[in-house]
Amino acid sequence: MSAIHPDEINAGRLSGALPLDRPQPIDERTGDGTLIDDPAVRAPLVLNNRSFHDITNTVCGYVEQKPGGWWYILLFLAANIAGLGTLMIVYLLVTGVGVWGLNNRVDWAWDITNFVFWIGIGHAGTLISAILCLLKQKWRTSINRAAEAMTIFAVICAGTFPGIHVGRMWFIWMVFPIPNSNAIWPNFKSPLLWDVFAVSTYFTVSALFWFMGMIPDLATLRDRAVLRMQASKDGPTVLPFLSLRVDQLRAWIYGFLALGWRFSSRHWLHYEKAYLLLAGVSTPLVLSVHSIVSFDFATSVLPGWHTTIFPPYFVAGAIFGGFAMVLLLMIPARELYPNMKDFITLRHMENMAKILLVTGSMVGFAYAMEFFIAWYSANQYEADVFIWNRVTPDWLHPRGAPYWWAYWAMIFCNVVTPQLFWFRKFRTSPLWIFVVCAFVTVGMWFERFVIIVTSLHRAFLPAQWGMFFPSIVDIMTFVGTCGIFMFLFLLFLKFLPAFAMSEIKNVTPQASPHDHH
Amino acid sequence: MARKQSKIFKTPTGETVYGMMAEFATPADVYHAAEKFRDAGFKNWDLYAPFPIHGIDEAMGLKTSRVPLLTGLIGLGGAGVGFAFQYWVSVYGYATVVQGKPLGAWQAFVPVTFEIGVLFTAFTALISMLAFNTLPMWYHPLFKKSRFLRVSDDRFVICVESRDPNFDPAKTRQMFESAKGYNIDLVEE
Repeated sequence: MSAIHPDEINAGRLSGALPLDRPQPIDERTGDGTLIDDPAVRAPLVLNNRSFHDITNTVCGYVEQKPGGWWYILLFLAANIAGLGTLMIVYLLVTGVGVWGLNNRVDWAWDITNFVFWIGIGHAGTLISAILCLLKQKWRTSINRAAEAMTIFAVICAGTFPGIHVGRMWFIWMVFPIPNSNAIWPNFKSPLLWDVFAVSTYFTVSALFWFMGMIPDLATLRDRAVLRMQASKDGPTVLPFLSLRVDQLRAWIYGFLALGWRFSSRHWLHYEKAYLLLAGVSTPLVLSVHSIVSFDFATSVLPGWHTTIFPPYFVAGAIFGGFAMVLLLMIPARELYPNMKDFITLRHMENMAKILLVTGSMVGFAYAMEFFIAWYSANQYEADVFIWNRVTPDWLHPRGAPYWWAYWAMIFCNVVTPQLFWFRKFRTSPLWIFVVCAFVTVGMWFERFVIIVTSLHRAFLPAQWGMFFPSIVDIMTFVGTCGIFMFLFLLFLKFLPAFAMSEIKNVTPQASPHDHH
Repeated sequence: MARKQSKIFKTPTGETVYGMMAEFATPADVYHAAEKFRDAGFKNWDLYAPFPIHGIDEAMGLKTSRVPLLTGLIGLGGAGVGFAFQYWVSVYGYATVVQGKPLGAWQAFVPVTFEIGVLFTAFTALISMLAFNTLPMWYHPLFKKSRFLRVSDDRFVICVESRDPNFDPAKTRQMFESAKGYNIDLVEE
């Protein structure tokens, strides 16, 4: 193996894989220099006056350098958990849904809870990439790629659950309108079918958007590999005994995926328009997906589900939970790759914390509204669900519900903890944001559990009343999807450009054709 | 690539010339150079930059992209097809009374119509972008130039193709020089 190419040394230093030779300036008042309160001063989006070349080196460095030991350890753990989850899914498929704790009374429980939980998490990625794009929020450029990746992986996890919960797996194709010899077609008046279309469209469009955004960055990785091959005759090989160079493999794979992108301005013209169109169409799409998910519940007659507030309430909750997950992933990544702090500044953190505060309060408002409507509608069943089934503990009053703890866990995690972000100190501290996000993620899981299980366990007839106890397979399948999610995300960090380089370059001051001469 | 051209230029080594490229140091330099080439009436030339430079379409005199028009038409068409398909299934293909609603109750078809419209729009946006750019195209004469490969990092390049009626090796070189271009080089086909 030859000496490291100078570009690689630079990339390693910049990506944080090699020791950093420059301290991060931390100021009492402006943090890393981005927390400027003066509205006349524009906070920098990229710290330390990074040049275009620095940005390329840093981002490509994550792909081209050997990752730290933590990456292998986490990947090993995630792969094992994902494998365990896969085993549980196989066990379910060969045995039947009876391996879950579902029963005749509570016939949707962890499966649908997990489905709604994961699909909700996905929404933040599209919000960041599409809605913030339309609103010309330039700070989105350093988080959109990772957030979109997270969206796609979350939707993969989400899609698993409705896919496997149908019982007779060999009939799953019937959810799609496929011509068949029985001449049977799906019922287009069913929200469950709308859901099939919404989720599959959402996945497809998110993947297209993600891929299109990556085309120029993949071309950058291709060109760097080719340049390294031209610069020296030998370099690291794929396997010790194989003479195929890693850079050759990169040139082929990234080159194939980049579709021959050559950074032509005539191409950029169409590209930017198409990108804007995808953003424009993803915006109503993301709002429609969780609305349609909420229709699964809202169009039924079950008290606790049958409410018109569900679509906006679900969308706000999805964005809330999704932003928490973005931060849960980005805060550790930013510590593990110190130079990510050039791109993900404290101001990014603060902005996202503010969004958490807003959406968390919207969710809190929706919770309150459910009580108001239960009272205002004078509907006996609604009142029973909210006052007795959810809030009142069974040890306090005989009419109380055994699931009171789930409701109060949800209120504490989703409504109380984000209120910390009214204070600047918490908003600008990555550690505190991380802690709150962990609470929010748990709380959002409980929200879906409360909606689904507590509503079902006290339906109209006392004969329908029962409890739900998860089986070990229930629990392990959920844990397994977390492993699948982490596994995919770690692969993404290592093998794909984790930041949208061309977009970040475009928001740096030196990118303007007018200010400089 | 078959092309009509009156003159065929050769490099000193006898290879056909694709065009002439030059590098520029900053977005501002390349922007002003683009204005010069636009004003000189060049047609077959292109500017390569690591990101879409703001306002470069004007500096180059490019026409508006047709991607939005095509995408809008096909997106709406897709939504129409989606609606028609649901209507056909519910009224003719497999007419079943559900929830006591009329067979062709259009309100219930709105969500899926919308989703199918979005799906068509998204695919059209991506595919028409690639089609207008004649991508994928994994080979291009410029890829043989090591210096060109730095465009994906931090360089700005203008390349004038030899098929442009105004192309002339000596005069084009002069134009590049006067517009602050450097590393001026012929590109082989």
